[in-house]
Amino acid sequence: MDLMEYQAKELFAKHGVATTLGKVVETAEDAKAAAEQIGGVTVVKAQVKAGGRGKAGGVKLAKTADEAYEYASNILGMEIKGLTVNRVLVTPATPPVEEYYFSFLLDRANRSHLCIASVEGGVEIEEVAKTNPDAVKKIPVDALEGVTPEKAAAIVDEAKFPAALRDQAIEMVQKLWKVYVEEDATLVEVNPLARLEGDKLEALDGKVSLDDNASEVRHPDHEQFEIREEANPLEAKAKDFGLNYVKLDGSVGICGNGAGLVMSTLDVVAYAGENHGGVKPANFLDIGGGANAQVMANSLDVILNDPQVKSVFVNVFGGITACDEVANGIKGALEILGDKATKPLVVRLDGNNVEQGRAILDELNHPLVTQVDTMDGAADKAAELANI
Amino acid sequence: MTIYLNKDSKIIVQGITGGMGSKHTDLMLQADADIVGGVNARKAGTTVELNGKTLPVFGTVEEAMKETGANVSVAFVPPAFTKAACIEAIDAEIPLLVVITEGVPVQDTAEVFAYLDGKKTRMIGPNCPGIISPGESLAGITPHTIAGKGPIGLVSKSGTLTYQMMYELRDFGFTTAIGIGGDPIIGTTHIDALEAFENDPETKAIVMIGEIGGDAEERAAAYIKENVTKPVVGYVAGFTAPEGKTMGHAGAIVSGSSGTAQAKKEALEAAGVKVGKTPSETAELMREIMKGL
Repeated sequence: MDLMEYQAKELFAKHGVATTLGKVVETAEDAKAAAEQIGGVTVVKAQVKAGGRGKAGGVKLAKTADEAYEYASNILGMEIKGLTVNRVLVTPATPPVEEYYFSFLLDRANRSHLCIASVEGGVEIEEVAKTNPDAVKKIPVDALEGVTPEKAAAIVDEAKFPAALRDQAIEMVQKLWKVYVEEDATLVEVNPLARLEGDKLEALDGKVSLDDNASEVRHPDHEQFEIREEANPLEAKAKDFGLNYVKLDGSVGICGNGAGLVMSTLDVVAYAGENHGGVKPANFLDIGGGANAQVMANSLDVILNDPQVKSVFVNVFGGITACDEVANGIKGALEILGDKATKPLVVRLDGNNVEQGRAILDELNHPLVTQVDTMDGAADKAAELANI
Repeated sequence: MTIYLNKDSKIIVQGITGGMGSKHTDLMLQADADIVGGVNARKAGTTVELNGKTLPVFGTVEEAMKETGANVSVAFVPPAFTKAACIEAIDAEIPLLVVITEGVPVQDTAEVFAYLDGKKTRMIGPNCPGIISPGESLAGITPHTIAGKGPIGLVSKSGTLTYQMMYELRDFGFTTAIGIGGDPIIGTTHIDALEAFENDPETKAIVMIGEIGGDAEERAAAYIKENVTKPVVGYVAGFTAPEGKTMGHAGAIVSGSSGTAQAKKEALEAAGVKVGKTPSETAELMREIMKGL
């Protein structure tokens, strides 16, 4: 899960990282009140999970509370990279003397953690990495040793932080590592990490991505960071069912077992659609391994509630998942839906308990259900039915 | 020959008494895998009856290995306990550890991977279907009835795509099929498996299945170009996946231009790998290669 800036800063504050929280508001009136309370010059910042907020006009310096009102009313409702801005963060304006870049992240290629630091930082770190790669230090972090005080000092020295900030920087690096490890993050990024007046080091912005697996296993409190109203209603419903669902734009509803097979199914349906008026997949839905009848019924409930869906393709190759469970789920879902089930279902079952699964659907003999033996054939049939 | 797993492999199951553990131990036995026992510290000294066989439950992996001569462990433990189970198996110096568990915190896996350094254990997974050498043994959850023994080696991130591809090529069969898992950090990579298949005299051709996200396929392509002489056919899932959306596997997210299926396809083709757009087309490409061998 990616966090918004204000949420990232809350985690920073929790672990003692120097930052200014400011106030998160959802209306221009509240933005004005916040600016009045803070006093002086403030910054009004759009809160969305996307980069490039400044360039999109989502970050403004307000000299007065009235200006904060004006900027907030412009920014709220604005779209940044397809995301609607529903809240802004109002913070005191603290102009940096210098800007640095700092992050900890998961290094997939080396199967470990990585620290990236640059004192040439600031907003355009990607640009610095291209034009002056030596100024961007990439320092591996051992997963077992972590960031000890010695390691933190080595990072600070290698990145060449100014001597006047060395001690503060060493402390901050250790605290940011605490955020990374104790919250089970896959990314903790501070950009800019600012040198303020009086040689004070502070995280002016923050980006944190949390590992969903870890949140599930040992961080029940991370649930507070989920902002439900931003999710698509069908995605929210799927999440309540514990399903892995992503809404797309097409008309062929898709559900299958295993992320790889479902991704592949999207591709095969899109290719089949080229012969059927260009129909495309309506969603990604992975019922997961070992799904039972109830999971299958929930999945169809979500897919069939998408008004764009004209046909559904259920593609299951049973490993942990048993095909008879899937077939019973389809049967159960159709019973619950009754007359409300109006969209054709193309079902392809293979693998674990396939004979029993196919027999259940044969016996059901439901007018909406068509069984097809192959993935290609079933995709073609589902695309054809979505194009009628 | 096969890679990593063969008919002489003696397998124990960590978490044999759990729902998943017992169900799949039963299925592994049906596949003629030589399962010799299980591990559960709280049920040490008891036995479990599966597929007409009585299997002893040991308190530790070390004890199980000592008593049974096991050289493979398959872990079906809940995600919260997976790290500890892996460390225990690595400390016992089990040669092969197959971690099926889905949902393991990635920092736990990072620790386990760091811990593996210089140790005697090869880890496959986590979040994977495991490994099957058809007709010889099964350490994992792949249905053993899909395909038999044959000359093709298969390595895939995805479990169900492994099954699909085995099904498409069941007329040829496989030396070994490995699902390496879709997590951001895994113990055995495409490159490890490619190296093993290259060195296995019975493997005549290799199918490599990848998916969007990361750059494992690009690195595998570079490896193939330099080191693999056997024909390789590739498939990458996720050509039509939209950018910025996570597709189930933690790894499967497209952001920006790198990590797309198209970029991976191009990298593989530049290394001389024929890449199919669908599983059936990929199988067709392999079929043509097998005809020429």
